[in-house]
Order: sequence, then C-alpha cells, then structure tokens
Amino acid sequence: MQDEKTNKNHKLNDKNNKPDVMPVEDVTIRFAGDSGDGMQLTGTQFSESIAAAGYDVGTFPDYPADIRAPAGSLYGVSGFQIHFSSHDIHTPGDQIDVLVCMNPAALKVNLKDIKKGGIIIVNEDSFDAKNLDLAGFKTNPLEDGTLGRYTVYELPITKTTLQVLKDLGLSMKEAEKCKNFFALGLVYWLYNKTPDFTLNWIEQKFAKRPEIVEANSRVLMAGYYYGEATEIFTSRYEVKKADLPKGTYRNINGNEAVALGLVAAAARAGLQLFLGSYPITPASEILQSLSKFKNYGVKTFQAEDEIAGICTAIGASFAGALVATTTSGPGMALKTEAMGLAVMAELPLVIIDVQRGGPSTGLPTKTEQSDLSMSIFGRNGECPMPVLAAQSPSDCFHITIEAARIAIKYMTPVIVLTDGYIAQGSEPMKIYKVSELPEIKVIFQKSREGFFPYTRNEFLSRPWAIPGTKGLEHRIGGLEKQNITGNISYDPENHNQMVKIRDKKVKKIADEIPLLKVNGVQSGKLLVLGWGSTFGAIASACENLQKKGIKVSFTHLRYLNPFPKNLGQILKQFEIILIPEMNLGQLANLIKMEYLVSPITFDKIKGLPFKAMEIENKIEEILRT
Amino acid sequence: MNENNQTTSLPKTPLPVPKDYASDRDVRWCPGCGDYSVLAMVQKVMAQVGLPREKIAFISGIGCSSRFTYYMNAFGFHTIHGRALTIASGVKCANPELSVWVATGDGDALSIGGNHFVHTLRRNIGMNILLFNNRIYGLTKGQASPTTLEGKITKTTPFGSIEHPVNPISLALGSEGTFIARTLDRDLKHMQEMLLKVYGHRGTSLLEIMQNCKIFNDGAFLEFTEKETKNENVIFIEHNKPLVFGNKKDKGIKLDGWKITVINIDDGKNSINDCLVYNEKSKELAFLISEFYDRQDLPMPVGVFLNIERPTYEDNMMRQIEYTKEKLGIGDVDELVKGNSTWVIK
Repeated sequence: MQDEKTNKNHKLNDKNNKPDVMPVEDVTIRFAGDSGDGMQLTGTQFSESIAAAGYDVGTFPDYPADIRAPAGSLYGVSGFQIHFSSHDIHTPGDQIDVLVCMNPAALKVNLKDIKKGGIIIVNEDSFDAKNLDLAGFKTNPLEDGTLGRYTVYELPITKTTLQVLKDLGLSMKEAEKCKNFFALGLVYWLYNKTPDFTLNWIEQKFAKRPEIVEANSRVLMAGYYYGEATEIFTSRYEVKKADLPKGTYRNINGNEAVALGLVAAAARAGLQLFLGSYPITPASEILQSLSKFKNYGVKTFQAEDEIAGICTAIGASFAGALVATTTSGPGMALKTEAMGLAVMAELPLVIIDVQRGGPSTGLPTKTEQSDLSMSIFGRNGECPMPVLAAQSPSDCFHITIEAARIAIKYMTPVIVLTDGYIAQGSEPMKIYKVSELPEIKVIFQKSREGFFPYTRNEFLSRPWAIPGTKGLEHRIGGLEKQNITGNISYDPENHNQMVKIRDKKVKKIADEIPLLKVNGVQSGKLLVLGWGSTFGAIASACENLQKKGIKVSFTHLRYLNPFPKNLGQILKQFEIILIPEMNLGQLANLIKMEYLVSPITFDKIKGLPFKAMEIENKIEEILRT
Repeated sequence: MNENNQTTSLPKTPLPVPKDYASDRDVRWCPGCGDYSVLAMVQKVMAQVGLPREKIAFISGIGCSSRFTYYMNAFGFHTIHGRALTIASGVKCANPELSVWVATGDGDALSIGGNHFVHTLRRNIGMNILLFNNRIYGLTKGQASPTTLEGKITKTTPFGSIEHPVNPISLALGSEGTFIARTLDRDLKHMQEMLLKVYGHRGTSLLEIMQNCKIFNDGAFLEFTEKETKNENVIFIEHNKPLVFGNKKDKGIKLDGWKITVINIDDGKNSINDCLVYNEKSKELAFLISEFYDRQDLPMPVGVFLNIERPTYEDNMMRQIEYTKEKLGIGDVDELVKGNSTWVIK
C-alpha cells in the first residue's frame, strides 16, 4: 500500500545518464545546522533507515545546552553524526566524509573535522551578510577560497523548499521548517538509498495533519530528485552491507537501552520495577522512557530532588521491588549518603550514573568519565559497592541487567556508569528474548524458622524479608548491625567484623564475573586498557594498527569493582600499559593501587569522546620510543 | 458429631493487646521523655483497631523520636536524617496494602527534611506522620531547631535565637496536606482520639505532637499541658462545634470581619452563638486558626485543623497503570525490547 502510494506521488524517473555508483568501505556523515533546523531528527531518520537496511551504524548527536540559542549563532549549532560501514564498527567515526550544513555557523564549527577532499553540502541561501557575521566570517567562505581542499556543493535549499511548497498554503515559517528533509532526501540519493523509511515515518508521525505529510514528503523527494535530476553530482556512493552476527537487530541509544534493560531485568526476575529519579541532563530520557511503560506495570516516581529519588527507591526495595535511580554527576554527589544506607541495610538497588563533564554543573551536555573515583570511594565510612560500566550504547542494556542480577543476588546497591556519549549515541543491538537473558533468581524469605535479618548465605548475602510477610517483622537501619540478629550494636569487635563482611561480600563477586579476554597477542610490548565508553575508539584504533601488522593488544573493563580476577595476570604480560580515559587517570590510579604497576595515562577532558585516530597516534608514538 | 463440631470450632484468634506491638528492645529514651506516652498510645491504638503487625511499616529518620521504629514489633526501617518521608513514599508505592507510619521530629521533618515534608503532603501518599515537636535538637544534645522560639537560649544560640520559628500546621496547610492535626504528649485521651483519626484518614495524615524534652527544653509546653493553665491557654478545636475555651468554658473565639477576638460568652453581651463554629473541611478556617500559634493573646489551637478527601498518590498511580493496561493491553516485554523497527541478519 505504502509503496504504491509513494510511487504514485513521487514516481522515480529512470534516466540513462545516471552518475556512477562508487563502492566505499565506510562513511561518516554529519548533519549540522541551527538548533531549530531539525538536525537531530534528520540524523536520527538517516541512521535508523540505514540501520534497518542492515548496516553497522554508530551515531553521535552533539547539541547545544541552550534550549534555543539565538538563530545563526555559533553556540546554537546542533549536529548529528552517523558512521555506517560494511564491517563491524565501534564508533560514530573520527573525521567527516560528508558535512551537510544548513548555515555559516554550522560550517564554521564543523570545518576542522572534515577529511581532506571531503564533501561539503551547504544551504547557500543562508550565507547572507547577517549569518556570515553571526558565524564570525569576515568574507564569504564559499567565495574566498577557504574551502579549496574540499568538494563543495552549494544548493539553494531554502528557496527550493519554498518553491516546492508554494501551492500548499503553508505559512512561510512552516514551509521553511521542512528544509531539513531536502538535505535528508539528497543524502539518501547520494548513498543510493531509498527514502521509503522516512516517507513511511512522515505518514505515521503526522497522520492527523495531511498537509504536513504532503509538505515534508514533497521536500524529501525534492532533495532526492535534486541529486537525480541536476548533474551537479558526478558520483553516488554505495556501502556494502555489514556482515554482523545472525539475529534480529534494532537501533538503540544508551539511555533507551538502560530503560529497556531495567524493564527486561524486572521481567526476568519476576518483580515489579520501581524507578525513583529526578530530571538531570543527560540522564532524563531514562526516566521519561520508563514513565511511558505504565502498561508494563512500571512505577516511576519523579521525586522532589535527587535524594528523594534514591530514597524512594530504597523504600521500594525494602518493600520488595526491583528498584533503580538514574542521574548524572551532581545528582550522584547528592545521593551518596543514601547509597551508604543501602550498603548498611543491604538492599538491592541499581544506580545509573550517566556521566557528564564536571565538577559542579560542569558541562551538562558533554561527555566525560570522571565519576569513577567517586563511584568507588565517594562515601563516608568503609562503604564498598560493585561498580560496572557500559562500553557501548547497546551494552547499556546488558550491563543494566547484570547490575540488577548482582544487586539482587548479593543484596547490595550497584553503580552502573554510562556517559553522555553512549547515552545519546546509537548503534545496532541484537535482540534477545527475556527468557534468553541471564537468570535473576529472587528468593523472598518466607519461613520464620531460624530467621534473622542478618544471617548470610554462601554469597554472604542476607535474606530479603519484605513487609507483609507474617512472622518476619524486624527492624533495619543505618546504625551498625549486630551480626546475624541485625540489632543495633556498638560492640567494637562486631563493627570490625561487619565492616569486613560487607567488604568481603563485594570482593567475592569476582568469583563469578567473566574473565577478561585480550584482543591481539597475549603478551608483548603494549596493552591498551580501557573502561566504559572508550571501547569503540580503543578497539577501532587497535584493530586498525593490527591490520597494518603492528603488535598491539587491548582489553576492556566492564567491571570496575571488583575487577575481573585475571586482570593482574594480564597486566604482567605486557611491558607497557596504556590507559586512555576521559579524566585525569582515575582507572590508572586504581590499577596502580591494586597491582603496583605504572600505566601510561592518556587523557582527553574536552567533553568529547576519543577519536580512534588520537589513540592510534598515541600508540604509534609509544611504540616508536 | 454435630455437637462435637460445635465444641471444637477453631480457636478464636485472640484480640491483639498493646504489648503485641512492642518489640523486644529496651526503650532507651531519657526518663520522663514525652516520647514514652506516644509509644504507649500508638501501641494501644494499633491494638484497638486490630492492625496486623506484618502490615505495618514504621519508617523513621534520625533524632530521638526516630528511635521509635526499634520499639515497635512491626516492619521497621530507621533511615537517614530527614529522609524518612521519601523512604516511606517508596514503601507505600511498592506495596499500597501496607499501613505506613513515620516517626519524625522538628529537626528531621522541618529542617533537613523540609523539602520532603512539603512534597509528601502535596502528593497525599498514604502514610501517617507523627511529628514529635519538642522545639529543640535532643539527640545532638540541645541545639536550636526550626521550631525553637525567638530569644530562646540553646547551645547554638547562647545569646538567644535570632530566628523566627516555623509553624508546622501552617506549613502543612500551605503544602496542600489533607489531614492536619495537633495534640499534646500529656493529654492521652486527646492523643488517642487524634491517632484514631490519623489511622482512619486515607492519604497523608500529619499529627504534630507537642512533646516535652525533659533534658534540653523542659517545660516548653507547660502552659498547655498543666492542669492549672491548660484550659486558659489551649483551645480544643472540633468539627461543627463553637470555639470555646477557659476553665469555665466561658471564653469564645469571635470573628469580627477579619479580626479575631476573644469574647466572654457569660458576660451578657455575648453568647455561645457569637462564637466561630469550626469546620474541619474548610482550609480557610484552618489557616486562620493555625495562625494562633504565634499569638500571645490567643490560645494554642489543638485538634483536627483539616480533614478533607483527595485521591491518594498510590491510588492515582495504580489507576493509571490499570488504565493504560486496559487501553494499550498488558505490555509484552519481548515486544518492547524489539521496538518498532527491526531487521534480520541471516
């Protein structure tokens, strides 16, 4: 039905003088424009359509912190980068092959990232004196030779959009808003992809406003035809489909993956899910998503502050729900006292920290990995907590489920670290059924026989005895507990013992976490060790160098506390350990402390993820010396 | 057989008695502390209404009053300073079947936990908050609290407090509470009556208990609790009853425009018919009377200020879940994880 309609409205002409279709390995495209230009939508549409067509895709949105910065200004530039490839990729791409820019400010901000000889598609209509001035161009870069190293296509995107829509009776403003679809249509053409995915989306999205469906579809196809009909473009490109493992896939970003991971974990455990949270960039989407899942029985509680967010979760855990709280750095700081309570009360709780630039308010929309030290150490008293980190957008799903499993099995709060980069970046995720996920076994205490709140099983975990269970009435709290009975105890020996039990309980988790695998030679000169979201850049860098015959190995941590048992052994096999981190060396400090080795740290604290190239260069630099 | 059946019918579950609700822990408040009478009365009322112990979740923060949880034979959670209301909110949301109680103090609820006080009341989450107001920090040994009176000398205000105290009832009214009451630790009968009403209300019930701290603020409420002065200084507000007080019940509250005056109803000029008749459904009246708190010329109001119905948070939450299940169908998690747009690699 859909196809018929599409063909009727927008019949593609068969032309004989089509430009050549050139095969390419992989491509990085960035759509950039004003924050009101719809670049996030354009990028998302393209990436989803490409992912659905069976490519491996990595994306990275980059948008300003201001809700609506002044139009045309440099700080109002919003971008969305898509990397797609015929092989397994790990990142949204280093350098841009194609930049689509809707105004001079977008050109100014993104110029440095374009590959030499790369393609720049500009909306020439926006290169007027006012916008050039706002972007800080003294002369017009389209005329003064600035862009000599690139292939530049100047297109009348605004004018064409208005021209195509002139009989529809839309207001000037409404009509102009459609122009991002022109750019999208053109890029579909350029990469030899049908625009059907977006045409379908437009129809569903604006079903109640047929005039908008018509307008957006017309402009999309106008962009597509522009490539087809004009002879400006001498080449089109074709990327072969990726050879991914068998299975059903979807595209997903890290925040959505966390939300789905929580729902899936609750389903696997057979528990209700409760989320206590407070909105904070860049974690709010998790709360927003879960708020939609009411028909899955999910209970979300938007608390009055970060502390209430975690405390409502602790209360719900006491009452027998699978609970989580979601936040970012400043919220983590506020929640620390309550984390201590959860450690003392020994209640399961998943804490998701979507890290951002710090300290203080820092860089809310930018990424960083600087909450690791805080997660390991940042509480009063001896307060051990398992800490896990997701290595990619899709891994956010699995790591969240793993955190829930550990929390319930060991009756402990667990921290999961993600960050702005993987929270908002997306990639294909292989889909698993709930029944295929790791088992999460819940045993609520039922029997009064021999029941004490702080008896322990072989994992040193105490019973979960929830209110409503007759005969199990008992009291817990933040005061030190007497071993076994759980009564308040100020006894010196008891405190000494309890501190050590809590510590041992967390350390024992190492007995069951997967051993680390080294990619590359198993011993030698250089091992790159990473954790969390740097996985993509590190893996790409090392694989690129390995292809060139350079001997470099890498391994990646998803478990930060406790570490996998074989980490110490692995570190001994290499002369040099290189740790790239988006902080001043927080993992490096842990490694020094635990294994008495001196890694080389490589930091990038710019609010931006590592590029594979940066790590490659660093590795080569080390290997040269 | 029949006769046998009659005589061997199941033994009746014995009716609960107050001590069924007492834990095996020694109560360790200071001798003479007002908290003892509250504990005894709560246990008595729970027995009176026959509340099953396993249905009770008693949550507290930090402070003398927050030790309450340890003394109740129920599920208890002694949490962190100021946060009892948030923990209790989580408990109630996860299991609305529970009878959730909070023991808190003027420091715990109104200072460090002030934010949660406001938001819990406005949400109307089903819980019973017992606010022990002794106008001092007891557990930390005698510092000024948010309810400490101006000029009061404490360890942190050696030259007298320069702060104006908060009025808990007015704050609760301003926070959109639905059941707001005050009682006195030394008026057991009134406390019992209030606790029964607290228990009977659906939603958040707040009971401020003016409670004497024998060690650090002894006699703070003496004028309201002692036989000699009580009737002249306290007015018991009751639904649909005229506001009268005094040793001989000879004084009344009259509303003259917006002006509140104390009248003598036996002086021939005024009668009981001139007195303001209280209405616990009226928020305007509640505000008006709660403001007596600061007035030296007016008696301290005690009783139920406000008792209105509003849907509770947990009812609304469950209703929304049921509604979406009905409208969209019970969610299939496998389908949710799959999303709307998938592709297959063979």
